[in-house]
Amino acid sequence: MPDQVLFAAEVMLNGLMAGVLYSLVALGFVLIFKASGIFNYAQGVMALFAALTLVGIMDGQVPFSHLINAIFGTNIHHFGWHTPALLAIILTIMVMVLFAWLVQRFIFRHLVNQEPIILFMATIGLAYFLEGVGDLMWGSDIKKLDVGIPKGMNETIESITHGAFGYGFFIDNLDIFATFVAVILVAILVCFSQYTKQGRALRAVADDHQAALSVGISLSYIWILVWSIAGFVALVAGTIWGAKSGVQFSLSLIALKALPVLMLGGFTSIPGAIIGGLIIGVGEKLFEFLVGPWIGGATENWFAYVLALLFLVFRPQGLFGEKIIERV
Amino acid sequence: MLYREAGDYSTSYPEDSQTFPIKFDRYRYYVILAVAFLVIPFFINDYWANAVLVPFLIYSIAAIGLNILTGYCGQVSLGTGGFMAVGAYACYKLMTSFPEISIMIHILLAGGVTAAVVTLFGLPSLRIKGFYLAVSTLAAQFFLVWMFNKVPWFYNYSMTGMIGSPERTVLGIVVTGPATDAWAKYMVCLIFVTFCAVLARNMTRGSVGRKWMAIRDMDIAAEIIGVNPLMAKLSAFAVSGFFIGIAGALFFSVYLGAIEVTEAFGIEKSFLVLFMVIIGGLGSIFGSFAGAAFMVLLPVLLKNLLVGGLNWPTDLAQHLYFIIAGGLIIIFLILEPHGLAQLWRVAKEKLRLWPFPH
Repeated sequence: MPDQVLFAAEVMLNGLMAGVLYSLVALGFVLIFKASGIFNYAQGVMALFAALTLVGIMDGQVPFSHLINAIFGTNIHHFGWHTPALLAIILTIMVMVLFAWLVQRFIFRHLVNQEPIILFMATIGLAYFLEGVGDLMWGSDIKKLDVGIPKGMNETIESITHGAFGYGFFIDNLDIFATFVAVILVAILVCFSQYTKQGRALRAVADDHQAALSVGISLSYIWILVWSIAGFVALVAGTIWGAKSGVQFSLSLIALKALPVLMLGGFTSIPGAIIGGLIIGVGEKLFEFLVGPWIGGATENWFAYVLALLFLVFRPQGLFGEKIIERV
Repeated sequence: MLYREAGDYSTSYPEDSQTFPIKFDRYRYYVILAVAFLVIPFFINDYWANAVLVPFLIYSIAAIGLNILTGYCGQVSLGTGGFMAVGAYACYKLMTSFPEISIMIHILLAGGVTAAVVTLFGLPSLRIKGFYLAVSTLAAQFFLVWMFNKVPWFYNYSMTGMIGSPERTVLGIVVTGPATDAWAKYMVCLIFVTFCAVLARNMTRGSVGRKWMAIRDMDIAAEIIGVNPLMAKLSAFAVSGFFIGIAGALFFSVYLGAIEVTEAFGIEKSFLVLFMVIIGGLGSIFGSFAGAAFMVLLPVLLKNLLVGGLNWPTDLAQHLYFIIAGGLIIIFLILEPHGLAQLWRVAKEKLRLWPFPH
């Protein structure tokens, strides 16, 4: 096979892996949008916050140490202990559940029945707020996250492809790990929503708020549940991205990567989020590889959006979205 | 929404159809204009102009533009930053290509160019609606910023990739470049703000504005009563683009003087202007001003208070700014989802009856 085809195949494989990561973030959006009609812009910042909290707990940082130092003139940073990864993850999940409860109790309970744009703006406000809190609590420097995820080139794949085509594919272990995690996560989510009582209630709420309310499902409980799940998904996404490129502000920008995925797959569809993510991942890597050098590179910033826009012109509800029915 | 008051009679048609039919509003408008044009230019200094007044005026124009699109026509746009960049770069190319023509004309033309570009990006709005449209305007945001970064023709092949505004004069007074006086900057912006606000106010109460509002409230119903959605939506995009382009051109040429596109017109700008519109009040010209004032003053106040007053490090003040800005936005949305303009209306109603509640 000619080298160009092999390169393109490698790029495609890497694109698939990147697409899985986009899907992970998009999943959180879809869950909240389906259950409460809120387009949660803060999902990316939630991933950042979850990753920051995880690192902070693992390293035994003192929360708000900057603020405390500024007010009292002290100089404290660390408790001086290290928490094992598993315990830290459980603690972080608890923090995210607490966060879900706070968001529900203090923000969205007061915004019931508002227009979607108002709810959207509230989540942008929440994103700012959470970003500030995250930085204030744990400091804004770049942190290394190490929870024992394998990293580096996968040598098995390299040697197999080298034997088969005479050219070894470079695929990061982290990406393979991320794919496994994503598959497991989606499987858990599907089982949860199909086979448990809470999952059934969740689907009922997503289907029709009023009908769900009238058969005795507590909306506020479901919303807290859904925000907690979104927080958990954010933690998984934040951990993987954080392990890949360090925990820093730019982590919150992955929300912007997830938006075209959502547009493509439809805001209301979980399979849509996954397939959309794969299409976007492959599409933008291939475009950058094939066309990028001709027009100056760095096309990854906008290609996903333009691709999604073109799809939307032909299917305004996204690939898997519910058909939009309009009545006067 | 009858915009009339008891005891305020009109005796002729022109009187009845003037911009501010209520006497109180009209006099208030004259007083504000008089103060803005005749008092402030004599007291303005560099700090006030650069930190507060000039950005306030420029953001007001951008907010009016976005308000027309989002508040009056109901099309949510997250591409404001990219569209402002179009205005800035159009102005730069015009200034450097035709140095003999007045800068005022260049700024207007930059508005026109932006209107054309925004209309182009508005075309999908005929099929895509709601959040799908909001996200698809992000395509414009990222694509435009990328393009201004990568195509050297736009920044005249300069080494740094930045654009800087050369010195230009209006009636012998320097208005752009580093030698500009504070009052000159302020006056140029003020003239454009007045022009845009009067234009916007009159458009939104005329037939164009009513069509926009019909589309916003329900586009299918509007189509049935005879509003052409193509014309209504695209005209909203064009008018909004014109204002945003003027704002971008002023932002570059008069306010900053030299810009780097990803820094000056990133996605944060889009959100900032959207915040102004929402906090000020969707569908209100006064609200655009109120929102712009709020969002410009907030960081200045916080910085003075925290860094100047309490001597805290600047990065801490920055984090606190995010917390406070985000918190205030949420609180505002909970207390008054219709923005500062609605707050003003409610206050007026209350004061009218005060101190007797019935």
